[in-house]
Amino acid sequence: MSAIVPDEIVDSASIAAASAKRRSLLALAIRNPSVIIGGVILLFMLTIAILAPVLGTVDPTRIDPASRNKKPGVEITYKQEDGTSAKRTVLMGTDSLGRDVYSRVLYGTRVSLIVGAAVAVCAVGLGLVIGLVSGYVRWADGIIMRIMDGLMAIPGILLAIALVSIWRAGIVTVIFAIVIPEIPRVVRLVRSIVLTVREEPYVEGAISVGTPTFILLFRHIMPNTIAPLIVQATFTAAAAILTEAILSFLGIGIPPETPSWGNIMAEGRTLFRVFPHNILYPGIFLAFTVLAINIMGDGLRDTLDPKMSKKV
Amino acid sequence: MLDFIARRLIAIIPVLAVVAVFVFLMLRLTPGDPAAVIAGDNATSDQIAMIREKLGLTLPIWQQFAIWMGDILQGNFGESYFFKKTVAELIAQRVEPTLALAICTMVLALSVALPLGVIAAYKQGSFLDRFVMGVSVLGFSVPSFVIGYCLIYVFAIELGWVPVQGYTRIGVDFGGFIEHMILPSITLGIIYVALVARITRASVLEVLNEDYIRTARAKGLSNRVVLMRHALRNAAVPILTVIGIGVALLIGGAVVTESVFGLPGLGRLTVEAVLSRDFPTIQTVILLFSVVYVVVNLLIDISYTLFDPRIRY
Repeated sequence: MSAIVPDEIVDSASIAAASAKRRSLLALAIRNPSVIIGGVILLFMLTIAILAPVLGTVDPTRIDPASRNKKPGVEITYKQEDGTSAKRTVLMGTDSLGRDVYSRVLYGTRVSLIVGAAVAVCAVGLGLVIGLVSGYVRWADGIIMRIMDGLMAIPGILLAIALVSIWRAGIVTVIFAIVIPEIPRVVRLVRSIVLTVREEPYVEGAISVGTPTFILLFRHIMPNTIAPLIVQATFTAAAAILTEAILSFLGIGIPPETPSWGNIMAEGRTLFRVFPHNILYPGIFLAFTVLAINIMGDGLRDTLDPKMSKKV
Repeated sequence: MLDFIARRLIAIIPVLAVVAVFVFLMLRLTPGDPAAVIAGDNATSDQIAMIREKLGLTLPIWQQFAIWMGDILQGNFGESYFFKKTVAELIAQRVEPTLALAICTMVLALSVALPLGVIAAYKQGSFLDRFVMGVSVLGFSVPSFVIGYCLIYVFAIELGWVPVQGYTRIGVDFGGFIEHMILPSITLGIIYVALVARITRASVLEVLNEDYIRTARAKGLSNRVVLMRHALRNAAVPILTVIGIGVALLIGGAVVTESVFGLPGLGRLTVEAVLSRDFPTIQTVILLFSVVYVVVNLLIDISYTLFDPRIRY
């Protein structure tokens, strides 16, 4: 029993200290101008994604042969489901199948944000677990790091392309294919933190009072990785959104009928010379979203991870 | 030094082995029968059986790997299912545009990024510095194909200065070759400029506070000499590292850029191979690009000593 008592004290003290520090860091982070600018743009995109159905959009997959290839601002006659027709101005034009680009771009926000968030969460989560094991469990370290080195030797987009070629195309496949190349980066980051932290006196203290390895890892070592991982997650999300757009643009990503920014651009490629709007509008949305996340990441890095910000 | 090179060469063996295992398992990881996958939807059971025989799928997996690895090491990369010729021939045909694109991009990007980074560091906090940093964040965020299409629209369609798409072989018409290379190199180069300018600025900034920079200034050396010979050279190691890591971006970017500009290179081949599920080609291209990436980074590692004689191995 006596072993449990000091353990509890060490725990509660370190947790309280860590969480207080974290709270103040987060408070600092949300006052950083870069984080605010990036956050506002991102919030705007999130609002668009959620409210897409009520922002004057029509079914983004609806094919309308009568109004193919309309330039932005043209008025078209739109047949409604009850058979009556209504006039409608296509803000961003229509594509070569007569689908409304405005609606497709707005709905595409959903795909991009989902892919960005899912990849960031999965890559950081998996990378964290593997990194903790690799940094702390000596015999596993060599094997894990060799595999990670091997994965990092394959250029990211190429690895993702290889993975989507194996599985059936779909949003889950694309997310998974983007997650795998991102994992080694997270693993290296977490491992390097674990290697420094494990020599700290409080970790030795926790070991000496008999804290089980599992608790040691998750309660004493893991909190040190949170700030750098938040930063890493934002950059991962930005890269993931770009990669999804690239895969879809190349025609090997999300199935073409799904409205995603990459798909809209892929569809617009053939008639680009005459109708550049099919590439322009999703391109602007894509660039703004990724820019917002990158700006936010820069700001977060400056406040949460000052050591990193000095390096780059 | 030779000892170091030998050790580094040995160190890349496990890395390449992991890549090889992954590339090998790619096909075996496909759900269902890989032979059926390769044969396609309209294949007869005879054809599937023939492919299974050819791939040696009836053997234990480690034997399959040994045979496959042996073939690769002898330069036998198999036959493309889709293009109906050997993968080695296919790659030899497609390598020129990609190599040309990579070299043009590298030359262009470095000749822009290095001076830009040095000047930004020298005039830290100035408008120019902020501009360079801002543009570099933009370079990371705007996807290369959007940049590519914007460039095509302005310079090829509206102004008509350069051809829209396509490729002219360097031996056929050098002028035409350059014309076709300009826009793709700029497109692919932007992210590289962003990356290298950022790290150049950061590492030159660190060096500028050193005593020897002050000494060099005190000797009355010109700004240019101080920045280029004293600051940039001492800041070279992190810059070289990033240039090496950036090769991965260059390879990934080449896939996209070649598709935008219709260059018949290895990147385009990769996409065509994936669309037609041509696994021997996909496998070989990935293997090839990974080896290039690893070897480039090895060469960069070795070159550190040229720039910084303090580094000894």
